[in-house]
Amino acid sequence: MWEQIRANRIRSMVLVAAMAALLLLIGYFLGVAFLGSAIGGLIMALAIWIVMTLVAFFQGDSIFLALSKARKIERDDHPRLYNVVEEMKIASGLEKMPDIYIIDDPALNAFATGRDPKRASVAITSGLLQKLNRDELQGVIGHEMAHIRNRDVLLMSLCGVLLGTIVILSWYFTRMLFFSAMFGGRRSSSSGGGYAQVIILLVGIVLMILAPILAYLIYFAVSRKREYLADASSAQYTRYPEGLASALEKLGASTAELKSANQALAPMYIINPFRKKGRAATDLSSTHPPISERVRILRSMAGGASFADYNAAFSKIHKGGGSVIPQSALAGAAAVGLRAAGPEAAPLEPEPGKVERTREVSDLMWRMNNYRTITCDCGTKLKVPSKFKKANVRCPHCGRINPV
Amino acid sequence: MIAVYIVIGIVALLIALFVLTFNGLVRLRNQVRNAWAQIDVQLKRRHDLIPNLVETVKGYMKHERETLESVTNARNLAQQAIGKGVGAQSKAEADLSGALSRLLAVVENYPDLKANQNFLALQEELTSTENKISFSRQFYNDSVLGYNNKTQMFPSNIVANVTGFKAGEFFEVEVAAEREAPEVSFS
Repeated sequence: MWEQIRANRIRSMVLVAAMAALLLLIGYFLGVAFLGSAIGGLIMALAIWIVMTLVAFFQGDSIFLALSKARKIERDDHPRLYNVVEEMKIASGLEKMPDIYIIDDPALNAFATGRDPKRASVAITSGLLQKLNRDELQGVIGHEMAHIRNRDVLLMSLCGVLLGTIVILSWYFTRMLFFSAMFGGRRSSSSGGGYAQVIILLVGIVLMILAPILAYLIYFAVSRKREYLADASSAQYTRYPEGLASALEKLGASTAELKSANQALAPMYIINPFRKKGRAATDLSSTHPPISERVRILRSMAGGASFADYNAAFSKIHKGGGSVIPQSALAGAAAVGLRAAGPEAAPLEPEPGKVERTREVSDLMWRMNNYRTITCDCGTKLKVPSKFKKANVRCPHCGRINPV
Repeated sequence: MIAVYIVIGIVALLIALFVLTFNGLVRLRNQVRNAWAQIDVQLKRRHDLIPNLVETVKGYMKHERETLESVTNARNLAQQAIGKGVGAQSKAEADLSGALSRLLAVVENYPDLKANQNFLALQEELTSTENKISFSRQFYNDSVLGYNNKTQMFPSNIVANVTGFKAGEFFEVEVAAEREAPEVSFS
């Protein structure tokens, strides 16, 4: 059942190695062109890469959460969300309960972070928390758990760092080349290197243009595969692909943009936060497969929730066939049944409607921003900011004076 | 001389394979045990929640004494079944699930109760516990399947037989009892 993790690890190694080779190549040309020695360039590229990787490895999740303005919540802040995360933690067999964060943003998105399953967090926007019912929330959280379980977070942050280093280095390289050409800093004429150096420079320029594109392509290809795998895992955990499918539909229909999204970590989100402004996310993403396609695959998983069923649905949608799940994960997998709508064995869904959900989440956000809630006798709930200094507050609804 | 080396090499290889397979079996068996412990935690949670639920509901449901009693009884039976093996326990828990779903179905007839904050919180806890039970059961059964495959398939079954690994037992659900549609009469 968990073989795909091993298969992933090998593929990830190949990928990281390819990107690292690209980076070293850039370092080499940088060294030759500006430092006069290839070794110097190599060392410089390596040093930048190592420092950035170390930072990402040890502090990546905290930085990412801080950049996203995510706030940690406890069980009592939102019992349903906490319960759903715990359910998915159990279903995925994770050892440790991940931390839960909320991002105060009307956009619909969610992400997982943390370098290994022992130190993981899931974050969800308040908008998404309002929009989804329990089954859909389960699907989304299952998707994020799969990212943690499959160690996608670590891989994608390492790749993200590599990609970032490549982009930065080639950006500086082209700028430096431009300026040295403009202001006549032509060291090559004095050294008399001749044709060889010119050729190396030309190759270098071409490389500088191609490298970031190539790196992006590798990165996106891997990211998309990971998304499919996480969708498949989510279906397997919940035994209910329809939950994630309808959640994805809601996500895709939304046009609100996530304000605090971070370019390098776009693959961590459940849908690409950098789609075109004001447009629905459907089919515009590149780090992620088109949403409509993900929904179609999940919906055509007839008769089962196993990886094999997901794979069959995938090849049915892609006319040419093809496979997204590593063969090793498919072999020996047993049939996995679907469950009916609503949680299996659960008597009745205490399903709060849209209004209750919205109220729940907005109350949570008020609380988290240190507003005090005073219930007036007329039933109005007054939210008082923590900076409010006066002793009494007048209810705007009925005019009663309430003590703070 | 070469023949001796070859024999030694083959023996060493076989021992290494044996050790690897044995360790794999131990890992899987531990996973099964751990998964079972997870179910236990959730079942215990459910047993703890039920007295609370009955207490809250009692005041509102004057006419449902029988339903409430059957829940309490099923809970007591389920608690007695702890430690009596996977089969007995899954049967008792399935009965409890059935009794609970009948109780929560009649809640529909008591609008006052449905507005009770305390009850709503309990209901969320109960739903989630039911989910956690079924998810931990799912993970347990998946683990048992993996473990059983390993103990029964060639060549690891040889190692399993020699070292005494027994196949694990699935946590079955009495589908009929659990899915039974509760009868609600409005007469």
